[in-house]
Amino acid sequence: MKPTAGITLFDKVWQQHVIEDLGDGWALLHVDRHLLHDLSGSRSMAELDLRKLSVPQPQLAYATPDHAVSTAPNRLVEQQAELAPQRERLRRGSASRGIRFFDLGESGQGIVHVMGPELGIVLPGTTVICGDSHTCTNGALGAMAFGVGSSELTHALATQTVMQRKPKNMRIRFEGQLPAGVTAKDLILYTIGKLGVSAGVGHAVEYAGSVIADMSVEERLTICNLSIELGAKVGMIAPDQRVFDYLTGRRFTPQGVLLEQALAHWQTLHSDSEAVFDRDELIHVGNLTPMVTWGTSPEQVVSVKDTVPVSSAARDEAQRDAWRDARQYIGLNEGQPMNSLRVDRVFIGSCTNSRLSDLREAAALIKGRRVAAHVTAWVVPGSEDVKRAAQSEGLDLLFQEAGFHWREPGCSMCVAANGDTAGPGERVVSTSNRNFVGRQGPGARTHLASPATAVASAIAGVIADPREF
Amino acid sequence: MTPFTKVSGAAIPLLLDNVDTDVIIRINRLTTLPRDEMGPYAFEALRFHPDGTEDSSCILNQPKFSGAPFLIAGRNFGCGSSREGAVWALAGRGIRCVIAESFGDIFFNNCFQNGVLPIKFSRDKLTELIAQIVDGEEITVNLEDCYLTFPDDRKEFFQVEPMKRLSLLSGMDDITRTLSKRSTIETWQAQDKLKRPWVW
Repeated sequence: MKPTAGITLFDKVWQQHVIEDLGDGWALLHVDRHLLHDLSGSRSMAELDLRKLSVPQPQLAYATPDHAVSTAPNRLVEQQAELAPQRERLRRGSASRGIRFFDLGESGQGIVHVMGPELGIVLPGTTVICGDSHTCTNGALGAMAFGVGSSELTHALATQTVMQRKPKNMRIRFEGQLPAGVTAKDLILYTIGKLGVSAGVGHAVEYAGSVIADMSVEERLTICNLSIELGAKVGMIAPDQRVFDYLTGRRFTPQGVLLEQALAHWQTLHSDSEAVFDRDELIHVGNLTPMVTWGTSPEQVVSVKDTVPVSSAARDEAQRDAWRDARQYIGLNEGQPMNSLRVDRVFIGSCTNSRLSDLREAAALIKGRRVAAHVTAWVVPGSEDVKRAAQSEGLDLLFQEAGFHWREPGCSMCVAANGDTAGPGERVVSTSNRNFVGRQGPGARTHLASPATAVASAIAGVIADPREF
Repeated sequence: MTPFTKVSGAAIPLLLDNVDTDVIIRINRLTTLPRDEMGPYAFEALRFHPDGTEDSSCILNQPKFSGAPFLIAGRNFGCGSSREGAVWALAGRGIRCVIAESFGDIFFNNCFQNGVLPIKFSRDKLTELIAQIVDGEEITVNLEDCYLTFPDDRKEFFQVEPMKRLSLLSGMDDITRTLSKRSTIETWQAQDKLKRPWVW
């Protein structure tokens, strides 16, 4: 093994997975874990069938339907006919290859990036791929996790490897004390607003600093989830005792002697103090506020107390034009305040914010109040296990008594590939990660925010500041 | 995979930043269509109003650019979702090469998997190029010698990953290449099982 002094966390994990140096910065990397879902997973399985390719290491793959499944409470009896084939193809393709499959209604099923950590599938120092850009979420456990297209996924299933060009290293350090009522979601939205959605292109990002160290594992998953919205395929956090404690005892986490060996290795997974990053950013968090997007890119984000930026504040003509198009689509004027905007829908869910701690954060703000009469508000737990845990705490009843719809686990309105869509012109406060044009349905207007802001907005009927609740 | 050696034709000027793959192909097309039928649905979000009527002012709807093999875009083109359908939709529309200031990392890799060449140009060069192609003038990309010929015959050289260039020129597939390395992979795995038994 090479000496590792002065090496970043990402470079360490990269080097530990190089099977062959392909030259010009490219390498053939070993893939330790596949997460397969019903869209890209079923496509790759069809391609494997077509090319008569086998999967040599099926025990390293885990499949579940999440994208194209309805989250309606009666979905097992009323699954939409045109979407059901993908779930069925994934189920059959997994069974014939010996790949573990977690079906609707079973413990384990859920959004792939909720499932991976909560079942102990994703481990520190592993390489994890999935045909889904939010695979970066899993980097919160110290894994090198990234999204791939279906061709790369097919390649990985057939060879257990992936060809990648090594990205540059970027670090973002967060220092200071997050003010009360300001969450991990607000912090990462603020960061994207400050650095821009292309800041991380060609980079692997490591998040560090005292703010990250103080965060729970679930908060870190929220931070890493939006790495791709910074432009970075990979977002990572050095695993620490919180991660080791989080993983211990989970369904697929190693046990006994294997766990001891693993822990010895996991403790070496951090950037060395002399490590040099190609780009290093420092963000002070002491003055942060709850954030909400106003436009059609995650970087178009302001404080919930703020207004839509005016054209003259744009850095150049391209940004001025982009802002104009975004305002037109979202139906806002420059200078308009965010916190009086009437809301039609609220969505609490997605691989960003659908874990138990997110649902607790949301439920805690209800305090006996009800969703505004004109608002349709959904809570979609990230997995079957999250759903059951929330129900055992009575969170489902709290939400329902307040007028929220309590639904079945899946990607739901984040990806809108499942009948869970908003209508043209409808304004949605969403805890998901993308406010792109048409993302939640053609013409739907998305405002990204934290679960707390989403609940406050559902109750107020307008975009609202959760600190006033 | 269709080899890419030399391609000539019109170039669509779409100099927007951060065009995401949701805009390139809607999710409901991915769930319902086979990969070779996505071309007509490329850029629906830009080409059509939410009520389904065509936006005649959109550059992508202009007849002089129908079937154009080149697309010119701004910064971070193809950001967002990993959906390979974005490349299938572009290829289905006849686009063989995207010239942009930068690309989303996942989209960039997906291009090479489908015989589509992504080229990075500076903003200034993109602006100069666009000034010459707005009426559908022809440009040529020669991948053997790595240059682009402007309508005024100026040649602009570009860089492309050598390994990916060879794959595009030959139409060779990554899976075939990697499967030939099976014994190297298996040797690595045998050693890794000793080093990291908990992963297995």
